[in-house]
Amino acid sequence: MSNIKVKVKEKDLNTIKEICKSFDNKPGELINVLHKTQESFGYLPAEVQEVVAQELSVPVAKVYGVVTFYSFFTMLPKGKHPISICTGTACYVRGAENVLQEFKRQLNIEVGQTTDDGKFSLSCLRCVGACGLAPVVQVGDKTYGRVSPEGVKEILAEYSEK
Amino acid sequence: MITNLGGFKMSQHKQIRIALNNCGVIDPENIKEYIARDGYVALGKCLTEMKPQDVINEIKESGLRGRGGGGFPTGLKWEIASKNHADQKYVVCNADEGDPGAFMDRSILEGDPHAVLEAMAICGYSMGATKGLVYIRAEYPLAIKRLKVAIEQAREYGLLGKKLFETDFDFDIELRYGAGAFVCGEETSLIHSMEGLRGEPTIKPPYPAEKGYLGKPTNVNNVETYANIPIILRKGASWFNKIGTEKSKGTKVFALAGKVKNVGLVEVPMGTTLREVIYEIGGGIENDKKFKAVQTGGPSGGCLTEKHLDTPIDFDNLLAAGSMMGSGGMIVMDEDNCMVSVAKFYLDFTVEESCGKCSPCRIGNKRLYELLDRITQGKGELSDLQRLRNMSLVIKDTSLCGLGQTSPNPVLSTLDNFYDEYLAHVTDKKCPSGECKDLMTYFVIEENCVGCTACARVCPVGAITGEKKEVHYINPEICIKCGACEERCKFDAIIVK
Repeated sequence: MSNIKVKVKEKDLNTIKEICKSFDNKPGELINVLHKTQESFGYLPAEVQEVVAQELSVPVAKVYGVVTFYSFFTMLPKGKHPISICTGTACYVRGAENVLQEFKRQLNIEVGQTTDDGKFSLSCLRCVGACGLAPVVQVGDKTYGRVSPEGVKEILAEYSEK
Repeated sequence: MITNLGGFKMSQHKQIRIALNNCGVIDPENIKEYIARDGYVALGKCLTEMKPQDVINEIKESGLRGRGGGGFPTGLKWEIASKNHADQKYVVCNADEGDPGAFMDRSILEGDPHAVLEAMAICGYSMGATKGLVYIRAEYPLAIKRLKVAIEQAREYGLLGKKLFETDFDFDIELRYGAGAFVCGEETSLIHSMEGLRGEPTIKPPYPAEKGYLGKPTNVNNVETYANIPIILRKGASWFNKIGTEKSKGTKVFALAGKVKNVGLVEVPMGTTLREVIYEIGGGIENDKKFKAVQTGGPSGGCLTEKHLDTPIDFDNLLAAGSMMGSGGMIVMDEDNCMVSVAKFYLDFTVEESCGKCSPCRIGNKRLYELLDRITQGKGELSDLQRLRNMSLVIKDTSLCGLGQTSPNPVLSTLDNFYDEYLAHVTDKKCPSGECKDLMTYFVIEENCVGCTACARVCPVGAITGEKKEVHYINPEICIKCGACEERCKFDAIIVK
């Protein structure tokens, strides 16, 4: 966890407090609280985790333990258009690895990183359950099926203006 | 039961729809359509005509076994939970479909959410629980939405809540969200995750039926298991147990995917052969390539080959063949897939998903992965193959939960069925299917090269040199083996070896 203590803004502090309150500040609701918090902030930085820990009366270490355990939670901000490449079995068998390499090459970032302009971030996920469309790529909420390495450029172009 | 769907005669294709009975037929966001197809009749019958033990007996007699992978008899599980007395008990639905390449549960939840809710209420009645929880993965937003709508509508219609069917039975259902951890498919992990903790497993016993969610008796079943319940109670155990094989009754839904012509969900009676599923329903291998293997059971299962194609699919046969039923993923592979890479792929998954609590799984799987990685890079030795096997057996024997106890299966089954392919990697330093890039080299066949320069222009790293109209040369030091040149060459002058 980062050692630099950044104070959470008053407004954000209230948002977190409200989220915790909506779950009656119950420690058992930690995962639900973190889902909601990540929904509003986009990610879960250390200082946000500290507030959650305080509100639910659990050690920060426990919150951190949960955040790092589950792949859905992230401590790094994602890009404006988060790109997720499915690396489930069906996608793997149908060439997801080549698609991933092409995204890395075009964006010049590694998995887990965000482009310098903050536009795209790259991650892998395990199966979105759309195996019939393998290989599958998600950009934000939009899903692309049967993606080939040649199609990567086209997908990125869709977001170049936005 | 549906035998004809949209002109596609299911009977001819060996499919029977029981769990998927309503999927694609009803509007899942309209409870009236579910009720019109005898929805909630089973719950009404249980509450008004049957004692809890009668319900359990009926499920036991049906022979239904858990569809999540293990195949534990469902009726027995309910009975155990019913005999543990407590002030509060819980019914949990495991909808954390973490097996990559499987989407049966998602389809059921999206297509027929009420069937699951009805079954959970029935389970609650049989074991004396008044509270149900669906643990669903956050990656399934549509399924979550449909479940929420369904729960709301069921409450409005008095099918969830207080005094159902004017009896003294109360039952209500809430959602709990997963956050992406494969190990949470394991019952004890799932329960810890619902309690807001890290999803780490604990030793059984105590089983969840004794001490589960918040320390109370808890019954955990998977989505597909629940989806079978209402229809069994409507049509009777004797109808259900006529379908399937001696020890595995009913049907199983498989998510057929990979290199097969028709991908999608199939529901077949237990005892159908792999060949029937892959060739008759799946239409055979895509692009008429040669069949190589079929992987069942996800990261816990194994790769089966040609010789297993006529094995009737059921829990026990798949185990005997070195794989397992698992939750129903079925991935077909053709001659272009390298089996060492497939094993490595699964290990990569397991290494990432191991919760890290017990050392055989945390460290052992990592070591297995490293060995496989070396082999695919051409750095493997013959002794590595024995080491792979020994280590796999130790991990299986000593891991705490189902994840570690089954994670070496992809390695063991590929070692058993594709030993020659491993040998080719370690002794000849060749990958027969050409998937392991480190073991390939691109060559120019001098006689065929006309010096058109097309390859040099398409090469992304400038590894190809040569004058116009003269033979070109690929520098293996620079080449990244992307294959672009081979694809571009019109004269078949570039080959890979």
